[in-house]
Amino acid sequence: MPVTIEIPTAFRRFTDGAPKVDCSAATVADALNELTSRFPDLSRHVRDDQGQIRQFLNVYLNEEDIRFLGGESCSLKEGDRVLLVPSIAGGC
Amino acid sequence: MTTNGLYELRCRECGKTWGNVPRSFCEDCFSPLEVAYDYDSLKKIARRENLASRDFNMWRYSELLPLPEDFVGPNAVGGTPLVASRKLAAKWGLKNLYFKNDAVCFPSLSFKDRVVATALSAARRFHFTTVGCSSTGNLANAVAAQAAQQGFDACVFIPADLESAKILNTAVYGARIVRINGNYDHVNRLCAQIADRFQWGLVNVNLRPYYSEGSKTHGYEIAEQLGWTLPDNVVVPMAGGSLITKIAKAFRELVTLGWVEAKPVKFFGAQATGCSPISDGVKRNLSRFEPQKPNTIARSLAIGNPADGPFAIKQIRDSGGWAEDVSDPEIVDAIKLLAETEGIFTETAGGVTAGVTQKLIAQNRIKPDETTVVCITGNGLKTTDAIAAEFPASEAIAPRLEAFEAYLDAQLGVTVAGAKA
Repeated sequence: MPVTIEIPTAFRRFTDGAPKVDCSAATVADALNELTSRFPDLSRHVRDDQGQIRQFLNVYLNEEDIRFLGGESCSLKEGDRVLLVPSIAGGC
Repeated sequence: MTTNGLYELRCRECGKTWGNVPRSFCEDCFSPLEVAYDYDSLKKIARRENLASRDFNMWRYSELLPLPEDFVGPNAVGGTPLVASRKLAAKWGLKNLYFKNDAVCFPSLSFKDRVVATALSAARRFHFTTVGCSSTGNLANAVAAQAAQQGFDACVFIPADLESAKILNTAVYGARIVRINGNYDHVNRLCAQIADRFQWGLVNVNLRPYYSEGSKTHGYEIAEQLGWTLPDNVVVPMAGGSLITKIAKAFRELVTLGWVEAKPVKFFGAQATGCSPISDGVKRNLSRFEPQKPNTIARSLAIGNPADGPFAIKQIRDSGGWAEDVSDPEIVDAIKLLAETEGIFTETAGGVTAGVTQKLIAQNRIKPDETTVVCITGNGLKTTDAIAAEFPASEAIAPRLEAFEAYLDAQLGVTVAGAKA
């Protein structure tokens, strides 16, 4: 499915400055894999040594944290937005 | 006195240093940044005896805070009472129980005044003219009040369903309030994107490392008010999980500087059952907490994706402490109990902390001979909606003595007619 991955400023030095990356993927995992295969330097920032999404990187499918959608295996439909947000702050 | 040049931001995971910049995460590994100090140099200039001539507020610890050169605290934030409990200590069977009462913190009646004070010092340093935050209420109050005083424009972001008192307590200072259709975690995510796009100082986003250092003063004051000793136990409310780690940092620093003797302190975390990702992570010994959708009256603690959750879990476990959570009815009961026994009217978060303390005592995790400090972080006047149903208005009576006597008879079964005879 054609979907858009939105790239935060901190990641753009790995995406040649691109704020958005369009790709075709069936799941969030596929989308992330396509992103990191296209921009290999980004790979170690997205996943840890065990291949898990880094603890302080939050991934959203449209408005929802993917952890509420079954994780990165959740499926995508045409026009979906995948957001990467590093280290959500906030709270006391 | 400040210590410009003796601190900088350091990644909590990979350890890389970044100088002093308005940023909350490491651009290499995207983990959170915190302020790291040159303690060897600090030891030479930060002396406990220097405090004797200073007012009792958070600025007496200026050497231990990330303040710009020549910074002067604009108002008397902090310096709140450490209340030695008598009635509740007796009821719970504890010999040394204290409540650190930030419900009366100046200027906006919560511990958030402390963090905003250090955050706005950073906002000034980085030349921001607009400041803001994502907030469950107390933080918005504190940002609005201090921004008004210090001449910043303020724009705060809150969940649309926040308690009306907390919204009013922000609006009155002239801050712009943006209500978001979503929970706090949605607000937080939006603010991360706003900080990425706008040149604003969002106190708990891009100024977060400086902001969270303000929490340490809650811990410094506890140690000083205990006569420069550390307690055995601290019970701390947890939302994002920052405060509990910063009180621990405060205690470590005081030991490093030689201001208190080292001793083991157990850290206990308190959450509402309706939003308990950190206590759940502690109880189930998870390596990563599982985010939750909040559903509790304790909205100031309703953060389902806590930024410092992993650090809070580690702090609690490493200290030999524990985390617990209480239901909404237990929160209301604890608010009433604290008011009726200690004269402290706390908001729902304080009900959580008091209720969890009671639970920990029942579990024998807090023992009678130990010194225990319970952190009360907000004021009950802000969450009156949560307990209003407990106190229905009584029927009015005529301004006549006979009417009062009839009232007493009806209410208490006490007949006072002819009492003087």
